[in-house]
Amino acid sequence: MEAVYALAIGVLAGSGVWLLLRPRTFQVLMGLVLLSYATNLFIFGMGRLVIDRPPIIAAGAPGYADPVPQALVLTAIVIGFGTTALFLVLLLALRALTGTDHVDGREPRR
Amino acid sequence: MLLTLIVLLPFLGSLCAALLPANARNAEAWLAGVVAGTCAVVAVLQYPAVVAGGVLHARLPWLPQFGLEFHLRMDGYSWLFALLVAFIGALIVLYARYYLSPSDPVPRFFAFLMAFMGAMLGTVLSGNLVQLVVFWELTSLTSFMLIAYWYHRRDARRGARMAALVTVSGGFALLLGVLLLGNIVGSYDLDVVLAAGDQIRADPLYAPMLVCVLIGILTKSAQFPFHFWLPQAMTAPTPVSAYLHSATMVKAGVFLLARLWPALAGTDLWFWLVCSAGAASLLLGSFAATFQRDMKGVLAYSTISHLGLITLLLGMNSRLALVAAVFHMLNHATFKASLFMATGVVDHETGTRDLKRLSGLRHAMPVTAVLATVAACAMAGVPLLNGFLSKEMFFEEAITAGGALGLPPVLPAVATIAGLFSVAYSARFIHKVFFGPPAVGLPRQPRDPGPMLVPSALLVAACLLVGVLPAVTVGPLLTVAGDALLGPRMPAYQLAVWHGLTPPLVMSVIALGGGLAFYVLMRRSGRTMTAAPLLSRIDSKRLFDLANARVTRGAGRLARAAFPARLQIQLLLVVGSACVVALLRLWAAGWRPSSLALAPADPLFALLWVGGAACALGAAWQAKFHRLAALIMVGATGLATCLTFAWFSAPDLALTQLTVEVVTMVLFLLGLRWLPRRLEIDDARRHGPSAVARHLRDGTVAVVAGAGLGALALAVFTLPATPVLTPFFLDNALPLGGGRNVVNVILVDFRGLDTLGEMTVVGTVAIIVYALLRRFRPAPESILLPQAQREDAAREAVVNNPDAPLPAGYMRVPAVMARLLFPMAGLVSCYFLLRGHDAPGGGFVGGLVMATALIVQYMVSGTVWVESRLRIHPQVLIAAGLLAAVLAGLSAWLVSRPFLSAVAWELPLAGAFSLRVPSVLVFDVGVYLLVVGATVLMLVALAHQSLRSPRRTGAAAPLPAAAVTGSGG
Repeated sequence: MEAVYALAIGVLAGSGVWLLLRPRTFQVLMGLVLLSYATNLFIFGMGRLVIDRPPIIAAGAPGYADPVPQALVLTAIVIGFGTTALFLVLLLALRALTGTDHVDGREPRR
Repeated sequence: MLLTLIVLLPFLGSLCAALLPANARNAEAWLAGVVAGTCAVVAVLQYPAVVAGGVLHARLPWLPQFGLEFHLRMDGYSWLFALLVAFIGALIVLYARYYLSPSDPVPRFFAFLMAFMGAMLGTVLSGNLVQLVVFWELTSLTSFMLIAYWYHRRDARRGARMAALVTVSGGFALLLGVLLLGNIVGSYDLDVVLAAGDQIRADPLYAPMLVCVLIGILTKSAQFPFHFWLPQAMTAPTPVSAYLHSATMVKAGVFLLARLWPALAGTDLWFWLVCSAGAASLLLGSFAATFQRDMKGVLAYSTISHLGLITLLLGMNSRLALVAAVFHMLNHATFKASLFMATGVVDHETGTRDLKRLSGLRHAMPVTAVLATVAACAMAGVPLLNGFLSKEMFFEEAITAGGALGLPPVLPAVATIAGLFSVAYSARFIHKVFFGPPAVGLPRQPRDPGPMLVPSALLVAACLLVGVLPAVTVGPLLTVAGDALLGPRMPAYQLAVWHGLTPPLVMSVIALGGGLAFYVLMRRSGRTMTAAPLLSRIDSKRLFDLANARVTRGAGRLARAAFPARLQIQLLLVVGSACVVALLRLWAAGWRPSSLALAPADPLFALLWVGGAACALGAAWQAKFHRLAALIMVGATGLATCLTFAWFSAPDLALTQLTVEVVTMVLFLLGLRWLPRRLEIDDARRHGPSAVARHLRDGTVAVVAGAGLGALALAVFTLPATPVLTPFFLDNALPLGGGRNVVNVILVDFRGLDTLGEMTVVGTVAIIVYALLRRFRPAPESILLPQAQREDAAREAVVNNPDAPLPAGYMRVPAVMARLLFPMAGLVSCYFLLRGHDAPGGGFVGGLVMATALIVQYMVSGTVWVESRLRIHPQVLIAAGLLAAVLAGLSAWLVSRPFLSAVAWELPLAGAFSLRVPSVLVFDVGVYLLVVGATVLMLVALAHQSLRSPRRTGAAAPLPAAAVTGSGG
């Protein structure tokens, strides 16, 4: 289980970093989204993978998953949403203003 | 309490002054005058307390964990200075009222003048050295703003920049020195430091500490070799020069020198450093002043020279010299401020300060002429004026101190030569301006301005009074200040006009006669000198400019080298260095596999991630040319993430991820409409060798980063969990937080402040998005209607018609469903909100559900239709959400609990019922409102683009709202 989980993190992070290093704004934005999935999964995984033990107090529960990474990731998801929205609008404004979707605001020199 | 008032009042006045209208000249002057006057009166009222030898304290805790407190301390010496600052400040306000022209923006002037006064009072009254440095830097800052008051003038900006650079870097050195001093003594408290003189002088850190402190002091007091900024700062309005560059700011340096004298003076190092700086400034300043063309230039160099005299006195390690120095600080402030004011009057009346053009003004301006002449005589040290007395004391000390050190002729000679030049420049200053034939061709016709002369006259009267009756007027003040500095070791001295025929008197006579003779010879020689001979070669101003330009260029070069302009390179550096740092740490720690058995993979879970990974890779591959496809694949990966959260016991995360995913997708789709399609052209460069190399490089980094993060995760999974915080939250969520859903309790209760900050971020982002889109002009290629809408002409007619019951065309069925779903979505969102504390849900999820329901209405029915039925004010929702959260936090104060503690309020209802309102619920409602507001604001701002842009390009009809059509794919 953990191996699959770690592999998933690896693939998401790798794809995210690859896109992050691309020259077009939309690619970078997609890369940020993928990278944030990877990071969220990573932080969440630090609480270990537990099945069927949600951190909701109940009588007779056999145990609970770690709520601290969950709270952290919840915050991260929200902030990630804000960042993504901001980046998207910046991307649109940049494209409209400069006429190119290159991250530097101008096409690379020929 | 009164002490705090003295310091606080000018700052409050500054705030009020800044808020007054731009043309309220009289109101500003009254405000500033009342503030300065009140400060002066409050200071005077403290006299009985300080004359009894008492030290007044006012202490407020500042950073108690570092042993710092806000400490105001008034003894006789700081009392004298506070009085001087406030009193001359009041005169300057009166003067500035008439000096400034109606077109000058007065609020800025008086606001900064009062802020400066407050900073200056704070400096002299600080009982804590770190706090003193803070106020000290504040005087530099406000003086920068004042010198650059006429910022449309290039020389004013230059002068201000130079003054600020020199004094602020000096202030930094002073901070270093003070930190060293605090380290030596073990306290920053002035009382403790002053009492620890012997310990300080014996410490090995004494020399570096002294050098740092002296750099701060010498830069502030414009002493050699940092004197060059003062003449440049003369571009300030004259009231500023009169206040800052004669009476107060430059005095801050010598003030501190005397303040720390009991603790630092008495060593040979002190003597050599302080005396050489003082003597050099004394000679250089008086010599250069003799050759200036600008009236203010003469006064600036003369100020350098007089401050040099004070510094020299303080360097002599003699207690009598210290008293003389304090005396001369007072005298110099009075006559120099009055001379600056006279200069300003001449400038104001004639329109020029050029000594070559001015002449014979005593006919047109007799009162100004008399006042300036008396003040200049005081500056030259003519008997029966205050300058004479302190100069005599200086000559005497020069003889004694020089004799004690075994170099008798040097110091008296320096003193006499400087005295000679000071007589020469004073004579030249007065003679050129007021005597001789009346000037012709002046820009304006001069006359005596009435009220503008009052402050100058008051100061001149003080010069005369002190000069004639020193023992009665200034004697008590000096005793108070000297007692405060030296305590019981205060030496006996005699303030009298006539001491008999003594060596100092002989020196005075030589200086007076010699100075006059020098001036006559200088005139006779007929040579017009505009720069001081010899000195113009050694131009520290030029050196400063050169160094400044070099540093700026070097910094630019460094910045360009360290931060490449291209984003890709920057990101590569960030990711690469993160990898390297992580690898280094791992290398050091070593790989320690543990025997912990990992669970076997569930085939379904493996399948889920086969799909998820394929989508991630596909998105990475397609994001350039097929945006919609990439977006869909990223969304699928997000769903896989969401399912993973659900799988591993995190229902809250799964819910949040799901709703965020939906909103993000809608946002992307709305945005993609305005991103012109990329055409997949077959560019040869895309397959060139450099592109391949780049792809190889980025691919390696990506693989290393991904493999590293995955391996790290796997490594952690092989180690047993060591919960530290977890048991606390699990044990206390129900008893302390009153909720069963631990994650929600952490967010709204235990770590409520984090959530509050996070809410603020989301609200701010929404407002930024809205602001960016208000001025947004879409790229020209994307203005045309999307293909599907162009073909569906029937729909347009309905979308434009807010009264149509249902849209026609392909949106009809979705519209019916969305409207049916709307109330249910609202219900579900409230359900999530209310149950959040005990079960998966919460304000965030609820808010997103509600926002999605709203935006779906926009999507299927069009902006016009929705907004004709439903007015939503997202900004109001954002504000209400933040307010609700903050109020919920504040309500804890009512029962004396810390901010954001969970409290439950019982609201009595009719009969025996009551409603229990936990503050966390109010907080969560705040989150809910804010999320609805922020999300809707962003989405609607994007959706409105389609309403705005066709109109701008002149298209005939307004067009449907949220056109959910990606451009790629």
